[in-house]
Amino acid sequence: MQIKESPDVYDVIIVGSGAGGGMATKQLADAGFNVAVVEAGPFFDPADPKTMTQMKWPHASPRRGAGTTRPFGEFDMAYGGWEIEGEPYTHEPGTDFRWFRSHMLGGRTNHWGRISLRFGPKDFKGKTRDGYGEDWPLGYDDVKPYYDKVDKLIGVFGTNEGLENDPDGFFLPPPKPRLHELFYIQGARKSGVPVIPSRMSMLTKRINNDRGVCFYCGQCSRSCSVYADFSSGSCLIFPAQKSGGKVRLYTNCVVREVTTNEEGKATGVSYISKEDRREYKLKARVVVLAASACSSARILLNSKSPQHPNGLGNSSDVIGKYLHDSTGSSRAGFIPQLMNRKPSYNEDGVGGLHVYSPWWGDNSKLDFPRGYHIEVWGGMGMPSYGFGFNANEFNKFFGTKVGGYGDVLRDDVKKYYGAVVGMAGRGEGIARKDNYCEIDETTVDQFGIPVLKFNYKWSDLERRQATHMQETFEEIIHNMGGQVLGDRPGGPDNGLNKPGEIIHEVGTTRMGNDPKTSVTNKFNQLHDVNNVFIVDAGPFVSQADKNCTWTILALSWRASDYIIEQLKQQNI
Amino acid sequence: MDRRKSIQAMLLGAGAISLGLHSCVEKGEPALEEQIIESADGYFGRTPEELERIEKLNAEQLFNEHELETIAVLSEVILPPKPDVGGPLEAGVPEFIEFIGKDMPRMQNTLLGGLLWLDNQSLETFNKEFKSLELSQQKQLLDPIAFYNPEVPTYKRPFEIQWFGLMRNLTMTGYYTSEWGIKDLGYQGNQPNVWDGVPQDVLDQHGVAYDPEWIAKCINQDTRGDIATWDDDGNLLT
Repeated sequence: MQIKESPDVYDVIIVGSGAGGGMATKQLADAGFNVAVVEAGPFFDPADPKTMTQMKWPHASPRRGAGTTRPFGEFDMAYGGWEIEGEPYTHEPGTDFRWFRSHMLGGRTNHWGRISLRFGPKDFKGKTRDGYGEDWPLGYDDVKPYYDKVDKLIGVFGTNEGLENDPDGFFLPPPKPRLHELFYIQGARKSGVPVIPSRMSMLTKRINNDRGVCFYCGQCSRSCSVYADFSSGSCLIFPAQKSGGKVRLYTNCVVREVTTNEEGKATGVSYISKEDRREYKLKARVVVLAASACSSARILLNSKSPQHPNGLGNSSDVIGKYLHDSTGSSRAGFIPQLMNRKPSYNEDGVGGLHVYSPWWGDNSKLDFPRGYHIEVWGGMGMPSYGFGFNANEFNKFFGTKVGGYGDVLRDDVKKYYGAVVGMAGRGEGIARKDNYCEIDETTVDQFGIPVLKFNYKWSDLERRQATHMQETFEEIIHNMGGQVLGDRPGGPDNGLNKPGEIIHEVGTTRMGNDPKTSVTNKFNQLHDVNNVFIVDAGPFVSQADKNCTWTILALSWRASDYIIEQLKQQNI
Repeated sequence: MDRRKSIQAMLLGAGAISLGLHSCVEKGEPALEEQIIESADGYFGRTPEELERIEKLNAEQLFNEHELETIAVLSEVILPPKPDVGGPLEAGVPEFIEFIGKDMPRMQNTLLGGLLWLDNQSLETFNKEFKSLELSQQKQLLDPIAFYNPEVPTYKRPFEIQWFGLMRNLTMTGYYTSEWGIKDLGYQGNQPNVWDGVPQDVLDQHGVAYDPEWIAKCINQDTRGDIATWDDDGNLLT
C-alpha cells in the first residue's frame, strides 16, 4: 500500500474549520489564493434539513432531548464531546483535563455561546500588571483594527460603555432584558457589581443580504438555519465559496502531520480519510493550523523529521506548555418573587444571556491576580429531558411536604416554572509551564496517531478566585430575595470546574518575540519554519476574563493579512 | 409535511441549501425561517451513528407486557389525565420510560426491581397485582413511599422511595416534554417571533420596571431589517 499523493499544489492548506480556520479561509480565498480546508468531521450546513435540530420539540426524539449522545443534550450542534469513541487521551496520574472536541465543518462554532468579548489593553500585558505569566508581544492597539473589522463582518450586539478594559466596538443594538435578568440587575447592583447588556454574535439587525436576522428562538447552540448567529461555516466558509473563492473542502480527513522537505520547510500535510482509512498527502506553499489549541500542538509534536527531531516548530520545547482553560464556577438560587409566573408570552430571546457583568474588581486589593465575568441564566425555557424532576423540591423552603403524586404536581410545576436564576463565573487562570499536554508514546487513536497526555492542576490563585465567585453569587442571590440552592461547592478546588470543562483551552503554542521561549512570532508564524502558521487559540499568551473566540477571529485575520503580504512578496 | 415539500426537502441536499437560502433572502420572501423549519419536519437531525443507536434500542425490549401495563397504570396515578391537556398515556410516557431505561442502563435495576417490589406489596396486602387494584388501594400502597426528605441525598433514601421518585420524575418529564404537557404548562416559545421585552402586566405582577436609559440602547424592532452602518466611532447610523 502506498500513500496517495495529490498532484495539485495549493497555495495554502488550512487544517480545521472552526473560528480560526474559517477566518483564514475567508481572507485567503478572498485574496485569490487557492485554498484547501482539511476538516476531521463531516460537511455541515446549519440550513440542511437532515441535520437541523433548531425548532425541534423534545418529543421529536424518543429520549426527549437527553444528553446520551451529545453532552449538552441531543439537540446541541456539536458532533463530539469530552469523550469520543476511538479517539482517547490520557493523563498524568493525579492531574485532570477534559478535552472537548467537535468534529464537523465549523467545529465548535456551531454550538458555542456566542459571547463575543474583546480582550482589553490590560489583558495583553498581564505580567507587567501583576508579575504573573508573560506579556503578549503585541498590544490592544495592534489588534483593535481587526476587532473592528470582525465586528462589522460577523455582527455582534452590545453597547459602547467606555469601559477601560472592556473596549467599545461596532455593535448592533442588544435585546431587552428578560424578567429574571431585571432581578439580577437589581441584585448585582446592590452589591456594587456592574451589569451591562451582553455582547454576543447574533444579528439583532441585518448586516448584509446573505444572512438572516434573529427570530428569537433561543437555540443558537443548535446553529442557526438562517445564519443569524456566528458559525464558521455559514458566516465565513460558505461566503468565501459563494464569492468565487477557490476553496476545496476535504471533510472526514484527519491530519496526522505536517510534511517537510530537506530544508525543513513545510510541504503540506498527510491525512487519513475516515471513509477508506487510508493515508493521503496534500501539498501546499503554506500550511495554516487551526485544529484547536491542543490538536494543533499534537499535529506539530507528531511532525518529527531529521530537521525537526523534537517536533515541528518545537526547538524551544514550549509546544504543549502553558495550556490553560478559563476558570469556571457556578451557583443557582430560587427566587420566590419569580414564582407563579404568567407564561403568557415567549421569552426565548437570543440563545443565552441578554445581560452580563464584566469584571469590576481591583485585583491589587484582592488575594487573586485576575478577574472573571458573570453570565446569567434563567427564565421560562422550553422543557427538555429533566424538566419536572423533583418538581416541588422548593416546598422545603415553605415547610411543606416534598414529593407526592396527583393533580397537585401540575400546580407545583407551574408555581415554580422560571423561578430559578443561575450565575456562572468565567475567569482567567494563570498560564504555567507545568500545565501541559504532550505526546503519549504508548497510546494511539483508531487512526494510528499518537494521542495527547495531559498534565494540569489548578493553583491557589484560581481556587481563591472561585471562592470570591461563590461569595459574590451568594450575596447577589440574597439581594434578589432568593434562597441559594445547594451547599457551597467544595472539594480540593473550591468548586472550580475541572480544567477543560469551560472549553476555552488556549496557550499550547504561545507567541512571543524570543524563539527560545515561544513557538510563534506575533504574526502567528512558527519561529522555526516560516511557512507554517497557527491561527487557533494555541498562540494565546494568556486567557483574559473574556471568552477567546473574538480574539481568535481577530488574530486569524491579522495573520492572514500577513500571509497574503508575505506570499505576494515571495518571502515564503 | 405535504408531498411537494418533502420532495423539495430531498432535493435541497447539503450544499444546495445555502444557495436556495440566499435566493429566498434576495427576493425578500417572508417567513424564510418557517420554510426551512417545515422542510426539516421529517428529521430530528440525527447523525447516521445516532440513528443506528435508536434503531438498535428500539429492537430491544426492557419491560414485559405486564410491566408496561403496570407502568401505564402507575403513571396515571402519579399524574392523572385531564380534559384538553391529556395525561401520561397521551404523552407516550410508558414508551418513553421503556426507551430511556435502555438508553441509560444504570436505571434498569431500580426500574425493574421497583415494579416487582410494588406487585409484591400489592399481592401481600390485597392478593392482587397493583394494576388491578382500586385507586384507593393503590394510594394506600403509594402513600408511605411518595414523600421524601430533601435533606437526605437520593442515594441514602430507602430503595422504594428512590424508585418511586424515579418513576415520578420520568412520568413528569415524559409528560411535560410532550405536546400535551407543553400545552398544560403554557410554554409559548419555540416559534419564530420578535422579542420586544416583558409585557407590562408581567412587570407589574413581579414589581419590577425597565430602566428607560437601558431600554433606549436596545434594538428598535422596527429597524431590524435595515442594514447596519456605523460612523467611525462605532455609533450606529441605521
